[in-house]
Amino acid sequence: MSDVGLAPDWEMVIGLEVHCELATRTKLFCGCPNVFGDEPNTNVCPVCLGLPGSLPVLNRQAVELAMRIGAALRCEIRPSIFHRKNYFYPDMPKDFQISQYDAPINLGGRLELPDGSVVRIERAHIEEDTGKTTHIGGTGRIGGADYALVDYNRAGVPLVEIVSAPDIVSAAQARAYAGELRSILVATGASDGRMEEGSMRVDANVSVRRAGEGLGTRCEIKNLNSMRSLTRAIGFEADRQIALLEAGDRVVQETRHWDEGQGRTLSMRSKEEANDYRYFPEPDLVPLAPDSHWRAEVAASLGPMPAARRAALVALLGGDPSPAQIDQVRSVVASDLDDVVTSACERGAPAPLALARTANEVAASAERAPKLDPERFAKLLLLEAGGELSATQAKDVLAELLVSGGEPAEIARSMGLESMGDDALAQAVAEVVAANPAQWEKFLAGDQKVSGFLTGQVMRATGGKANGKAVAAELARLRSAANT
Amino acid sequence: MNGSAIALASEVRSGDRSARDVVEEALAKIAAGDPEIHAFVEVLADRALDRADEIDRAVASGSDPGPLAGVPVALKDNLCTAGIPTTCSSKILEGWRPPYDATVVERLRAAGAIVVGKTNMDEFAMGSSTENSCSGPTRNPHDHDRVPGGSSGGSAAAVAAGFVPLALGSDTGGSIRQPAALCGVVGMKPTYGVVSRYGLVAFASSLDQIGPLSASVADAAVTLEVIAGHDHRDSTSLEAPAPDVVAAVDRGVEGKRIGLVTELVDRTDPDVAARVRQAADALAAAGAEVEEVSIPQFRYGLAAYYLIAPAEASSNLARFDGVRYGLRVDAPDVAAMNVATRTAGFGPEVKRRIMLGTYALSAGYYDAYYAKAQRVRTLVSDGFAYAYTRFDGLLGATTPTTAFAIGDRTDDPLAMYLSDTCTVPANLAGHPAISVPFGTDQGGLPVGVQALAPALGEPMLFALAGALERAAPEPGGRNP
Repeated sequence: MSDVGLAPDWEMVIGLEVHCELATRTKLFCGCPNVFGDEPNTNVCPVCLGLPGSLPVLNRQAVELAMRIGAALRCEIRPSIFHRKNYFYPDMPKDFQISQYDAPINLGGRLELPDGSVVRIERAHIEEDTGKTTHIGGTGRIGGADYALVDYNRAGVPLVEIVSAPDIVSAAQARAYAGELRSILVATGASDGRMEEGSMRVDANVSVRRAGEGLGTRCEIKNLNSMRSLTRAIGFEADRQIALLEAGDRVVQETRHWDEGQGRTLSMRSKEEANDYRYFPEPDLVPLAPDSHWRAEVAASLGPMPAARRAALVALLGGDPSPAQIDQVRSVVASDLDDVVTSACERGAPAPLALARTANEVAASAERAPKLDPERFAKLLLLEAGGELSATQAKDVLAELLVSGGEPAEIARSMGLESMGDDALAQAVAEVVAANPAQWEKFLAGDQKVSGFLTGQVMRATGGKANGKAVAAELARLRSAANT
Repeated sequence: MNGSAIALASEVRSGDRSARDVVEEALAKIAAGDPEIHAFVEVLADRALDRADEIDRAVASGSDPGPLAGVPVALKDNLCTAGIPTTCSSKILEGWRPPYDATVVERLRAAGAIVVGKTNMDEFAMGSSTENSCSGPTRNPHDHDRVPGGSSGGSAAAVAAGFVPLALGSDTGGSIRQPAALCGVVGMKPTYGVVSRYGLVAFASSLDQIGPLSASVADAAVTLEVIAGHDHRDSTSLEAPAPDVVAAVDRGVEGKRIGLVTELVDRTDPDVAARVRQAADALAAAGAEVEEVSIPQFRYGLAAYYLIAPAEASSNLARFDGVRYGLRVDAPDVAAMNVATRTAGFGPEVKRRIMLGTYALSAGYYDAYYAKAQRVRTLVSDGFAYAYTRFDGLLGATTPTTAFAIGDRTDDPLAMYLSDTCTVPANLAGHPAISVPFGTDQGGLPVGVQALAPALGEPMLFALAGALERAAPEPGGRNP
């Protein structure tokens, strides 16, 4: 993978820290609902507000989801303890965060990306989320606001922080990693993976070096709220660091904020970074040691991960998939639509067609996909494969099928999409041949490129009713007739 | 208060005396005596009387309000009470009313007890004299110029002065037992995890336990049975059922092996040491096998305690930042507001311990201080474990001295810290311990003898305490 724009002789070294909000029913240490978007400060209690005298009690479902993530990332799931990370911040009710420090629940692991590259996982530990501060008035940024409002609904929401090794070498690979991790988090049931709601938040540690040299100084980039900002921010940051180094300056280790509007990373005041978190074991919680029975249960309950699901779809295609088909496989798995493809194939539909229609038309109305009847989808695909509907007609029928349901053949009839009779088709082809003598000559001489042109002319003339394959067959028949 | 908690409850349950009458007597005594003693920071007269009427109605309708029916109880002001100010005797919690009750408060109420007030304490339970309170010191009912001990000094004084038969305190390094000893009452710290800490404003989470202060061992036993037992809201709460201690009080110590701990007697005042040895002899006379034993690890307990407790406190007290509740001193930005609020809101001893604890946890010092103190803590537990291979229970002084004069140690924090030297080992190990009044010094001030037992050894502990109580010299000297 290479990034356009990266100067030759330079390499990127990237590690990602992904915070994943766990899709638990309640918060990590109390019974408050874990939901997004409610009125501020409505899902709070003495525990998640850190009121004096309150005590945390660990949520079993959160531990289970963390173990599922660990198992999916092939981590070692081990006995762990919680620590307190001490620092003052208004949206952190206790002024310390309960997190895991030197004894995390998931240690080591690996994530294989769709292109076959592997990123090692250092750890995936459990911690609590903070509240949310909104700066009001003035510039709206932390330094220039008039006042701040704090919403503690998010305080105490369970997170798993997944820390990768610095194995990532490009913005594109970082994006692929984040995308694959997202699919895994969704597949494990640990998260809904919604970046726009903050369910998945990514921080990137970026450094650059000249090929063959040791590691450079890294900067941590925060506020990456989408895959797009992740890619752009890494690209910008690498360019910034290279420019500094090429000018003979040095990179200062610091935390930088991605400004999506300006398209650049900005230094956060580094004075605030000189924090000594004074980690020490959380005395209000007991050590967490999931027994082997529980661990085995979790491992056994995991469904197939995205990589295995992609392999299964490729196997369904048979033979070597084309690059376009590989993209279709990825997108079908990413949209969680593999079942649509496989169930159509089980009912006799050809795999390449089922894959293409699912990756494109079905995925485009993803919210309706769950209601798509596999039997009827398969019937439609067979109509198209058998030449009774053209590709264009099949897509129209599919759109209707997704919206209203019904029998594909009846939909086609009611839309007036009867397949063209053989005579009508032969007539249409003959007319196009007669109207395009120069192209016909080339075609006769063996120029395959004009076959597409001629077919397109037939399609245009028939308003898309003609079946592409049947047109090609008719053209071939006319050619062999003319050449004998 | 005339009558033990058990006797009062029995009268109320049988309908011989109304709870209202009992509560009115307690309130009258408080009104008469507390302006001088200052055991209470808040007296809840109206609520207590309303609750007494409820109890009386329950009795009249034939239902049993519970083993502490109608018993007036005082709560240390670090126990959360719904809708009632809970200040920890700190300015920083001015005006804060918790929205919930501590588990122990719920359980006391469910047993029919009536909360009559919140008691004075050293700010956030940091101190041994109840002088570190934003509302001023509490006086020892036996000598008004002397301290009641601390940090549960208000609770101890309330019982010693006869205002209430029963109070709750919290014990992190001796904060129940030490004031009980100095005030001549019974004070008991349970095994760590036996009583839920939910609703106890934390000082040092791994050491804190709530326990009873009372005029008699039997009253302490009844109270422990009421407040003990698993609570799902406290992760460190043990699954074990409440210990069976009421039956143990009169069991006696015949044939029990009791170790008199050298380190808990050899550096105490001669009058105190003499009483402890007298207690040992009394136990022997009651049929116990008493032998002296040295647990040298105890010498390092105090130093370890004064690293671990402040370290945890520095983190526990971070939340008092002016953002959400209590005092706020305005300033141009959040960080400055935090500093201004904490500067104005915390007293000098609390600040000292926050600084000590912050230092002990700092990068570069953690191993030398906090981690090493935790290893010493393990050594203290090892010392206990070895002693308990030979003994069923242990005996020593509760405090090195009897009550000292108000102001005597306020300028010398280390001298004050030494007050805890006999009590911290039980906290470090998480074991139960009790202080039982055992005569007085030559000046007539109460002396407390401390009994100790292994983890979950509460029945043994109460058998020992009962025997000590029966053998104790008649209280003499200056009566309150």
